[in-house]
Amino acid sequence: MLINHPLLGPRDASEFTYLGDASLMNRPDWQAENAVQAFHDYLYLRDNPAGLHRELWFHEQGDRSWLLVTRNTLTHEIVSVEMASETRRSGGAAQ
Amino acid sequence: MRYSGFRVIKEALTGHKGWRPTWRDAAPQPDYDFVIIGGGGHGLATAYYLAKQFGQKQIAVLEKGWIGGGNVGRNTTIVRSNYMLDGNEPFYEFSLKLWEGLEQELNYNAMVSQRGILNLYHTDGQRDAFRRRGNAMILNGSDAELLDAEGVRAMYPFLNFENARFPIRGGLLHRRGGTVRHDAVAWGYARGADQHGVDIIQNCEVTGFRIENGKVLGVETSRGYIGAKKVAASVAGSSSRLMALAGMRLPMESHVLQAFVSEGLKPTIPGVITYGAGHFYCSQSDKGGLVFGGDIDGYNSYAQRGNLPVVEDVVESGVSLIPALGRVRLLRSWGGIMDMSMDGSPFIDKTHIEGLYFNGGWCYGGFKATPAAGWCLAHLLSTDRSHETAQAYRLDRFQTGHMIDEKGQGAQPNLH
Repeated sequence: MLINHPLLGPRDASEFTYLGDASLMNRPDWQAENAVQAFHDYLYLRDNPAGLHRELWFHEQGDRSWLLVTRNTLTHEIVSVEMASETRRSGGAAQ
Repeated sequence: MRYSGFRVIKEALTGHKGWRPTWRDAAPQPDYDFVIIGGGGHGLATAYYLAKQFGQKQIAVLEKGWIGGGNVGRNTTIVRSNYMLDGNEPFYEFSLKLWEGLEQELNYNAMVSQRGILNLYHTDGQRDAFRRRGNAMILNGSDAELLDAEGVRAMYPFLNFENARFPIRGGLLHRRGGTVRHDAVAWGYARGADQHGVDIIQNCEVTGFRIENGKVLGVETSRGYIGAKKVAASVAGSSSRLMALAGMRLPMESHVLQAFVSEGLKPTIPGVITYGAGHFYCSQSDKGGLVFGGDIDGYNSYAQRGNLPVVEDVVESGVSLIPALGRVRLLRSWGGIMDMSMDGSPFIDKTHIEGLYFNGGWCYGGFKATPAAGWCLAHLLSTDRSHETAQAYRLDRFQTGHMIDEKGQGAQPNLH
C-alpha cells in the first residue's frame, strides 16, 4: 500500500505504524457523569466496518506525523489522507 | 454409513457405487430450537456436540457460502495447548484432549498427528519465561519439556544455531501438540452433525435479527425468515459485521493473517517449529509442502489477502532460522480474516439480548480451539451456564477488569 502523505507525497505503508480507528482522537471527558462507561467504550469497543474506515497511521520512519487515512477495508484502497493535527485544529471530528 | 477399512475394500470390489453424500443438502425449516450462524469448524462442532452430547433436537447451521470455506480451511493446521494463563490453559488442554479422541469420536480420518511443537528460545530471559510457561502448562495437565541447545540439535540439526544475533539456546517442547487436516475437521463434524439430525444449510446468509423486547425471535436470511428459540453467532472474521445487525459493538478489530505453502519436498521437518526471535512457525504437510506463517499485516482488513511487506518479513524470518529454506520455492500464499480482540483472547458468552449467544474473538488461534469451542458453546446454549473451562471468556471482561492478556500488550489488537 502507498499512503499519499500530504507533505511528503506517496510513501510505502511499511514506513508507518498503525494505531487504529480514528475515534481514538476523541478522548472522552473524564469529568463527565458517565466517564467510566465512556472510557470503556473509547478504549475497547470498535465499529470495525467492512468498507470505508477512518484510521490513524504514524509516520514513524519519516516525519513522525500522525495521518488520518480513509481506507476501504474490503479492497485496501486509500481514498483520502489528511494530517491529523490539521483535522483536529480545524475542529473536524474524527468520526 | 460407517467408514472402515472393510468398507473401503467392499466398495473397491463393487465399483464404488455404495458411497453416499457425507451430509444432506437441507432446505431451511420455518422454525428451529437452535440456529447456529456460521458453518465453519466452530459452528459445526457446536451443532455436533449440541445434538450428540447435550441431546438437543431441532438444530440448524446457517452458512453464507459453503461449509469449511472460511478460516477452518485457511489456517496452518496447528493444534496445541501451550498457553500460560489460568483463563486459557484449561480450555486449550480440554481442546487438545478432544482432538486426541476426535477421529474415533467422529469415525472420520482427520489426520490428527501429534508430531510435537518446539518453541525456540534465544536468550536467558526467554528461557526463564518458557520455563515458567512450561510449568503452568504442566500444572494444568498439559505436557512440556525444556530442551537445551544440544537437545534441539538432536531433533533439528539443520537450524541456524550459530546466528550471531539470535543463537538458538534451546526450546520448549510440547510433544502432544501437532497438526490436523483442517478441511477434514469441517467435513467430519458436518457428517457427525448431519447423522444426528442437524440441518446444514449452505448459501444462506444472515441479513438481520428479529429482536422484540430484548429477546431474539429468529434471523432474517437470504433464504427467508427462520425462527429460533436460541441463536448463536460463530462467524470469526465477520463477528463485528454480524453483531452490528443486532446493534452490538464488539471489543475487536478484523485483521488479515497470511499463510504460505512451499512446493512439495521430501520429509524434512517432522514436527512444528516456531522461531523465538522473529514471528515464524513452520510444519510440513503430508503432501510435502512446508506450511508456514508469521505476523498479521497489522491494519484493519476484510480483504482475505495481504500485502507484500509481510510476505518479505515472514520469509526473512524463515530463512534466518532455516537457511535451507532459501532454496525452496513458494507455491501459494493466502489470507484469512481474524477477529483480533482487545486482549488476544476469545469470547464464548451470552449477549445482553436474551437468546442470542456469541462465540468469536479467536485472533489467530481459532483452529486449535475448534472442538472445545464447539463443546463449550453447546454447553452454554443447552444449560445457560458457561462450561468450567470457558468461564473467563466473558464479553464484559474489559468492564470488570478480568482481561486475559497472554502477551501483555494491552488494548492494541494488531500486537496480539
